[in-house]
Amino acid sequence: MSGATSTATGKEPVAVVGIGQTKHVAARRDVSIAGLVREAARRALDDAELDWPDIDAVVIGKAPDFFEGVMMPELYLADALGAVGKPMLRVHTAGSVGGSTALVATNLVAGRVHGTVLTLAYEKQSESNAMWGLSLPVPFQQPLLAGAGGFFAPHVRAYIRRTGAPGTVGSLVAYKDRRNALKNPYAHLHEHGITLEKVQASPMLWDPIRYSETCPSSDGACAMVLTDRAGAARSPRPPAWLHGGAMRSEPTLFAGKDLVSPQAGKDCAADVYRQAGVADPRRDIDAVEMYVPFSWYEPMWLENLGFAEEGEGWKLTESGVTELDGDLPVNMSGGVLSTNPIGASGMIRFAEAALQVRGQAGEHQVDGARRALGHAYGGGSQFFSMWLVGAAPPAS
Amino acid sequence: MPVPRPLRDIAVVAFAQSDHRRTSDELSEVEMLLPVLHRVLDRTGLRTGDIGFTCSGSTDYLAGRAFSFTMALDGVGAWPPISESHVEMDGAWALYEAWTKLLTGDADTALVYAYGKSSPGSVRDVLTRQLDPYYVAPLWPDSVALAALQAQALVDAGDTDEPALAAVASRSRRAATGNPHAQLRGPVPQGDYVVRPLRTGDCPPIGDGTAAVVLASGERARELCERPAWIRGIDHRIEAHGLGVRDLTDSPSTRLAAERAGAFDAPVDTAELHAPFSSQEVVLRRALRLDDSVEVNPSGGALAANPVMATGLIRIGEAADRIRRGDSDRALAHATSGPCLQQNLVAVLEGDPR
Repeated sequence: MSGATSTATGKEPVAVVGIGQTKHVAARRDVSIAGLVREAARRALDDAELDWPDIDAVVIGKAPDFFEGVMMPELYLADALGAVGKPMLRVHTAGSVGGSTALVATNLVAGRVHGTVLTLAYEKQSESNAMWGLSLPVPFQQPLLAGAGGFFAPHVRAYIRRTGAPGTVGSLVAYKDRRNALKNPYAHLHEHGITLEKVQASPMLWDPIRYSETCPSSDGACAMVLTDRAGAARSPRPPAWLHGGAMRSEPTLFAGKDLVSPQAGKDCAADVYRQAGVADPRRDIDAVEMYVPFSWYEPMWLENLGFAEEGEGWKLTESGVTELDGDLPVNMSGGVLSTNPIGASGMIRFAEAALQVRGQAGEHQVDGARRALGHAYGGGSQFFSMWLVGAAPPAS
Repeated sequence: MPVPRPLRDIAVVAFAQSDHRRTSDELSEVEMLLPVLHRVLDRTGLRTGDIGFTCSGSTDYLAGRAFSFTMALDGVGAWPPISESHVEMDGAWALYEAWTKLLTGDADTALVYAYGKSSPGSVRDVLTRQLDPYYVAPLWPDSVALAALQAQALVDAGDTDEPALAAVASRSRRAATGNPHAQLRGPVPQGDYVVRPLRTGDCPPIGDGTAAVVLASGERARELCERPAWIRGIDHRIEAHGLGVRDLTDSPSTRLAAERAGAFDAPVDTAELHAPFSSQEVVLRRALRLDDSVEVNPSGGALAANPVMATGLIRIGEAADRIRRGDSDRALAHATSGPCLQQNLVAVLEGDPR
C-alpha cells in the first residue's frame, strides 16, 4: 500500500473462534429483524462458548437501508445485539459489505483496541423487493436496467466473447453450486431433483444468464466472534487465523474500466497474497468461497484472483477442478447462487472459508483444508474485500 | 487510573469544510464534495494516490437512493484503485474506522470525508425512519418532537429552563460570527415554539454541507502539519434504543466514551459538542463535566450549521484546527447519532507542548 513505511507494525494476530448463521430462506416471517440478527449472534457466541458480556464491541454491516426501510438500523438493533454500553460500528460498502464488515472488526483486534469483537451482517429481503431496490429511479439511472442481472449480463457476454468459452460453462457452475448446497444445512436453496438438463432448460432472464444461474433473494444473518491470541488460547474449538485481509475500490464507470476483470479485484488479491506469503494461489490455497451471484462469475473471478491465466478460468470450471472433490474447490457451501441475503453474503463467504480451515464445515468440508480464501465484491464490480484464513497461526 | 495510550500516535493534520447552506439545488453530492477534498489535500500537499486509506460517512436516506456513496467516490478519484471503506454513520465514525486502520500500521495516512444534503426532503420526517420499525416508526415521531421530550424532562428535573436554553442558542450563533462556513451567524430570534418547550432558536438550521479530514501517524504527521492535533484517545458507546428505558436527562454513553478516551485525565480548554438542540448541550456539559473555564463550541456548533452526517466530523475538525492554530492545547470533540443522543463518540486531541 502506498504510504506505509513499516512492516514491523506489532499487529495483534486475529482468530475466528465463533461462527453462527441462520437457516437462510426466502422469508423469515416468524422473526423481526432484531430476532433474525440475534439468532445468528447467539449461535456464534455458543460456538465460541462465550456470552454477551465477553464481547467488547459490535461491528455490523448490511447493504442499502432501503432493503428493509430502516434508516441506520444499528441504532434499533443495539439492544438485540447486546451492544448497549459498548462501541457499535455500522459498515456499508455495497455487496462487498459482509466482507468489509469483518475486516473492520479485524482491525479493532489487530490494532489492540479490543480483545474480542462480535461482527455480524444480515439482510431481510422479504421486507421489500431487492430487485427493484437495486434498480435506481430516474434521475439516478436510465430506466433500462432491471435489477443486478441487467447490469452484469453485458459483462458476462464480454467475458464469453473475449475467451471463447463454451456457452455451457455457466450451467456447470450453477449445477455444482446447487448440488453443494444440498450438503449445507444453512443454504437457502435445496433443490433435491437438480440436474444439468434442468439448469440448461430454465428460462433465459438476461441473456446469457438463465433463471437457474442466478442467486435467490434470501432472509439471513451471519455472525463471527473475532479475538486476540489470549482469546484464541481459550477457544474450545480450533480457531481460524487471519493471514491477510484487504479492501480495494475503484469508480463505477470510467473510460478504460475493465468490467470483466477489474483492477481493484486484482490489487486486492495481490495485497492479501503478499500479507499471507502466497506466491502461487492455485498451489497455496486449498479452498475458495467467492462471491458468484451469477454463474459466469466463477470463471471470471478465477482469473481476476490469479487462480488461472486470463482467458483460462472457464477451463478449470469445465474440467471439474472447482468441484467439491476437485483440486481447487470453489463455493463448497453452495455459494451466493444458493443463498443470498445481500448484506450478509460477503460475510458468509468469509465465515465459510473460516469453517473450512477449522474443519467445521460438516458435509461440505474439504479434507485437509489448511488455507482458504473468502471473497466479496459489490457495486458496479468496483468494491472488493477479501481475507485469507489458515488453520495455523500467522508466521510472524 | 489513566487510560493507556493508543498503540501508535495518530493526529488530525488537516481539515476542510464547505460553506453550509439551506439549499444546494444546483450541486450534486459529488460536486459539493470535490472542492472540499481538494482543499484538504492541498493543505497537506498530498494527492489521492499518496493516501493509505480512505473512509467516508453518509446515509442513503438523505440522498433518496441506494448506494449513494458510490457516486461520491468519484470525487476522490479512486484510480488507480484505493484502499477504501464507508460507514452508514456520521463521518466521526468514519474517522474512528480510519484511526483503527492506522493503528494496525497498514497505512500511515487516511482521508476521511462526510456529506449530507438535507434540503431535498423533510429531514425531520426522514429521521423518523431510524426508529424501531415495528413499534415506534409507524407513529412518525419526528426528531424535534423527540428532542422536545428530552428538553421537557430536563426542565421538569430542574436542570434547565427556557431562558437558559435561549442563552445556549444565542451564545452559539454569536460564536458563529467568526466562522465563515456557518449557516446561522449572529443574532437569531428565539421565535415561536416548534414543539414545546423548544423554540425555533433551540433547533438546528436545516442545510447541506460536507467536511473532510486527513489523519497521519507518527513522524508523517509532523511532516504534513506544523502542529498536528494528536488523538490521545477516542471511544464511542451506544445506549438502548427504546426511549422509555433511558433517563433522557443523562448521557451515560457520553460519560463512558469520555472516560475511555481519557477525557477526565486532565482538563480540556476547548470542547466542540455535537448538540443539534440547545437542550442537548445541557446534557452533554454535565456528562463531560465541563465547567465555565472550558470554551464550548467556539465554531457555533450544530446550532449554527448542521449538515447531517457531517456535523460530528466537523466537531473533530474544528477542535483540531484550534490546536493547529495554537488556540488550544487540549480539546475535546464529541459526535452523536440517533434519537436523543443515543450514540456518542468522544475524542481527546492535544497539541505538542509549546
